[in-house]
Amino acid sequence: MKKMKQFVSLMLTSAMAAGMMSASVFAADAFYIGASGPLTGPAANYGTAVVNAAQIAVDEINEAGGINGYQIEYKGEDDELDSEKSVNAYNALKDWGMQILLGPTTTGCAIAVAEKTKADNMFQLTPSGSGEDVTKNDNVFRVCFSDPSQGMRSAQYIGEHQLATKVGSIYDSSDAYSAGIEASFEAAAPDYGIDVAVKCAFTADSNTDFSSQLQQCADAGVELIFLPIYYTQAGTILTQARMMGLDVKFFGCDGLDGMLDMDNFEKSLAEGVMLLTPFAADADDDLTKNFVAKYQEAYGMTPNQFAADAYDGVYAIKAALEKAEATPDMEISDLCEALKTAITEIEIAGLTGEKIVWTADGEPNKDPKAVVIQDGAYVSMQ
Amino acid sequence: MNNIKKTSRNNMGTIGMIIAAFVIVQILKTAGMINSQMDGLLVPLCVYATMAVSLNLVVGILGELSLGHAGFMCVGAFASAFFSKVVEQSMGTFPRFLLAILVGGAVAGVFGFLIGIPVLRLKGDYLAIVTLAFGEIIKNLMNVLYVGRDAAGLHFSIKDAASLNLMEDGEMIINGPLGITGTPFDANFVVGFLILLISTVVVLNLTNSRTGRAIMAIRDNRIAAGSVGVPITKYKMAAFTLSAVIAGCAGALYSHNLSSLIATPARFGYNMSILFLVFVVLGGIGSTRGAIIASIILTLLPEVLRFMADYRMLIYSIILIVMMIINWNPKSRAWIQKHRPGNVIRSRREASEAGKEGR
Repeated sequence: MKKMKQFVSLMLTSAMAAGMMSASVFAADAFYIGASGPLTGPAANYGTAVVNAAQIAVDEINEAGGINGYQIEYKGEDDELDSEKSVNAYNALKDWGMQILLGPTTTGCAIAVAEKTKADNMFQLTPSGSGEDVTKNDNVFRVCFSDPSQGMRSAQYIGEHQLATKVGSIYDSSDAYSAGIEASFEAAAPDYGIDVAVKCAFTADSNTDFSSQLQQCADAGVELIFLPIYYTQAGTILTQARMMGLDVKFFGCDGLDGMLDMDNFEKSLAEGVMLLTPFAADADDDLTKNFVAKYQEAYGMTPNQFAADAYDGVYAIKAALEKAEATPDMEISDLCEALKTAITEIEIAGLTGEKIVWTADGEPNKDPKAVVIQDGAYVSMQ
Repeated sequence: MNNIKKTSRNNMGTIGMIIAAFVIVQILKTAGMINSQMDGLLVPLCVYATMAVSLNLVVGILGELSLGHAGFMCVGAFASAFFSKVVEQSMGTFPRFLLAILVGGAVAGVFGFLIGIPVLRLKGDYLAIVTLAFGEIIKNLMNVLYVGRDAAGLHFSIKDAASLNLMEDGEMIINGPLGITGTPFDANFVVGFLILLISTVVVLNLTNSRTGRAIMAIRDNRIAAGSVGVPITKYKMAAFTLSAVIAGCAGALYSHNLSSLIATPARFGYNMSILFLVFVVLGGIGSTRGAIIASIILTLLPEVLRFMADYRMLIYSIILIVMMIINWNPKSRAWIQKHRPGNVIRSRREASEAGKEGR
């Protein structure tokens, strides 16, 4: 018994040691860009979209001759929507030779990884980590709007277009994205003459029945319900609102994007729903058309805004590298310093905005777009 | 060596294994032979191994099925991170982290004690269900807790951030579902190793003490233990609370290794508790060494399998099932028993001796 145990411990120790010793191979003939996001688990949609779309952008760039004459090596890793695993994914990418990080996809992971990139001074551009704290360090930039600015801009949009004055909101209090937008929306609402009459929370454990929240909104007589949530729950809310015969407007943020592609979703339910999103897959500019066609061909589905953010992210990195005239043999830290300055000097035309510029605090500056669902399709609102 | 008791030798083996692993890793680290992926995994490995030791105390030694252990880790993580955030400016790294670990352990211990009072009155499945519920309650409580600080002191709320009425210079410490961000990076492998070593020594020593024998007597036959005058409630509470304290320390280590601490269902929900239970079951219920080894294998496995890309989780679960079968199936156990190096030699020797006698 004892010998067996000793044998097992010896085996394990040596196995561990062998695993640790795999040295990283690093060649300075290409730019190594890594991406990370949840590729498994409940949020796999988002990570997969980011990793796939970045792949498309990388392939396009490589085909066109690369960046400053150098090709891009690209790899995506799974972080399982978990801060700890995202750090593991980041370390694995670092061993692979990553010089620039496009990711992580979600807020919590992005915050955890940002501390690591700060320690290594690696340039980090998160496509969709929208939480306020993500860009706290000066080496972190993002492609999407931050949560507070989404909430604020939603209030601005509703107020300026006089969509409603009495508003209810239904949000997921256990989700950082949803709670973040709700808080900033509520804070900004009075400035635009909006009265948030009721706010109803649900959590990840209770996201299948919303009749009591809808009843509260109905009792308060709201004109519009604000839904800073993801589309799966929004679909349920719309179905239940129809069943209750509730006649109100619905307004959401980019999380509602993707609703029309849900399986077995009755599209007429979403008629008239407005959402603030940077990307609509059926926009008719060439860039979007080209991207959507390529994505559909490669992965067999319609890309969402996460995909669009990642695609723009790769092109932003390209533009910044070109601006800085960077070469792959630069140290990671020097590359970061060069890119930090360069990204504030570039302006790109992307899927999520015709004119995207960055400020030194990591935030993108682009026009918010709102779309309304009409006849089962997204139509830009004016 | 022979005059040392078998259990003591076994325990020394476990402790020796931990120290040996630590020394090997430190040597490799100094030699620069560890890649960053492994380097980043060292502290989580200590966290999970400590959690396995902690849960093994409840499941293996006390014999009660707890499905809420992630809850105690959650409490320890939040309490210690909260403490570190509050005193960040006013204390040096070393005393702050030491106190943070103690705070994490103490708060988790208090929770363990309070939850233990109702829970340990139950038996078997009912106890498992109630611990599961408490684990979920703790996670959800953390998600509605808002704490901020400004010149006037600390503000608490369970409604939302706005109702804290913070002043201009105010700072959020616990921000509801956004959790705690920016916990100082105090954890390192040496501290993780020390926490694991101390918890292991405490648990092993407890098992071989008068208290430990009483606890195991309760596990084996509660009525018999009661009839000879063992105070059942007292010993059950002691084991449960100690287990919670260790889980709290592991939580403190966890929260000081990441800058973002969020109580998500995947992180501190029942999935996590089940994972800890898998460590204990795979390691052989009641065996501290087995639990530590299982926790290390199961934490490393998904990371080592990264080269499989999309098939990673699939392969991981298959390996898990295979391990369960090999570990617990009577036939495969008998086969291992037969082909074990020590046993093969012994059976050969016995066979040859039998041959001699026959001649």
